[in-house]
Amino acid sequence: MGFTTLFRKELLRFLKVSVQTVAAPVLTSALYLVIFGQVLEGRLQVFEGVRYASFLVPGLVMMSVLQNAFANSSSSLIQSKITGNIVFVLLAPISYLEFFWAYVAASVARGLAVGACVLAVTAWFVELRLEAPLWTAAFALLGAALAGALGLLAGIVSEKIDQLAAFQNFVILPLTMLSGVFYSIHSLPPFWRELSHANPFFYMIDGFRYGFFGAADIAPGVSLALVGGAFLAVAATCLLLLKSGYKLRT
Amino acid sequence: MRALAGVSLEIPQGEFFGLLGPNGAGKTTLINVVAGLARADAGSVSVMGADTSTEYRRARRMLGVVPQELVFDPFFSVRETLRLQSGYFGMRANDAWIDEVMAHLDLTEKADTNMRALSGGMKRRVLIAQALVHKPPVIILDEPTAGVDVELRQDLWQFVRRLNADGHTIVLTTHYLEEAELHCSRIAMLKAGRVVALDSTRNLLARFAGSRTSARVVARDGRQIVLKLNNYGELERELARLRESGVEIADLELDRPDLEQVFLRLTS
Repeated sequence: MGFTTLFRKELLRFLKVSVQTVAAPVLTSALYLVIFGQVLEGRLQVFEGVRYASFLVPGLVMMSVLQNAFANSSSSLIQSKITGNIVFVLLAPISYLEFFWAYVAASVARGLAVGACVLAVTAWFVELRLEAPLWTAAFALLGAALAGALGLLAGIVSEKIDQLAAFQNFVILPLTMLSGVFYSIHSLPPFWRELSHANPFFYMIDGFRYGFFGAADIAPGVSLALVGGAFLAVAATCLLLLKSGYKLRT
Repeated sequence: MRALAGVSLEIPQGEFFGLLGPNGAGKTTLINVVAGLARADAGSVSVMGADTSTEYRRARRMLGVVPQELVFDPFFSVRETLRLQSGYFGMRANDAWIDEVMAHLDLTEKADTNMRALSGGMKRRVLIAQALVHKPPVIILDEPTAGVDVELRQDLWQFVRRLNADGHTIVLTTHYLEEAELHCSRIAMLKAGRVVALDSTRNLLARFAGSRTSARVVARDGRQIVLKLNNYGELERELARLRESGVEIADLELDRPDLEQVFLRLTS
């Protein structure tokens, strides 16, 4: 019951400001598609038989999923910590597991909601097929959960908005922008291609895209295992911190 | 820095208990340890028999805490805030009790108002309502009347006294010593993280404040004379001395012992 209410509260929180939390990222993604789709069409080599704009759409969808899942848990927790209203959750008989899953589940919900809206809007402008929808769903779900858990971790560790913004701007944003949203890593020089393999966001984008085109830079099973491993590592760190009350309970 | 040292207290069910002390004495830290907001290095706390570490779910269900700061979630209305708080404690379909609590705290008209739009006094009422939504048998009020107007203060005490009469245990910290004196049947005074006095309010007043007092005598010619007394037993002797020196007494006002004197003697 504690989990259900906390999850519901987190859902209500982003739905009450849906223009900012859902409509704005959809507009941003549509602008990316219009600009990059027009400018780079025919200039970048992607998968065989796939137009650049079509290639771009799944990347934009997954980028929106990840960024919004991260933003949901991180901004909610840091705001609650700064304003002090986190005390209402901490006083309640809610376990650290319920706390973790409520924040992550709400992040997944926002990430998927924004992703679905981005897909619905951008799919009008391109030819898109869905070769393996289960892979798409699996990567969207696990990717959103990983980003939500990362957001929770950043929210726990940060004490000020500036610290969270630094994490978002200097870690999350570069990782998503350099994850192959706008290009296939095969079009990169060998050094940068190898470096891309160290970016966990690359596997999420690549695997998600596989569900649409049936083609990927890395086998989807390998990508899913890596994303799953990353989620387990981040989740374990979050749970340890939540259990100890780190920066939540004095 | 050690915030609490060797604090040992037992508060019987149904008591109206006061926790007093100067700033930094450890009152809020003690409350935070009881409520699970802070962790103690050593020792244990139990609420109605439930250990706050090992049986934290049961212990927290027993507790309603009104925090000192005016904290609120700006995304929600009063009713939504209370429904969410109720849900955190596992209480579904709790609207009848929520309505009752809101009515008692004069919040009914503000039920659908966003928390941001409420005055400080109204936000304080919501904090109290939040502490009560899950019907806890133990209520902790940390400086509940800080910055609150006279009208709300009266309403609040009336409501809290009724809760106490209904069997709720009340633990109060306040800087307004007259409030503690008026409402608390027993008081603990903290200084530098230690309990320096623990007794019934009456005994504390008798033991500490009553030992030194004063009386103001108004003579028929308008003169005012203050008599410093070590105890009330000295009063008759001092009055007799005044009469012998030709003073005709028109009025006499005794300095009533109060908790402030006790507080100052024990904590200064």
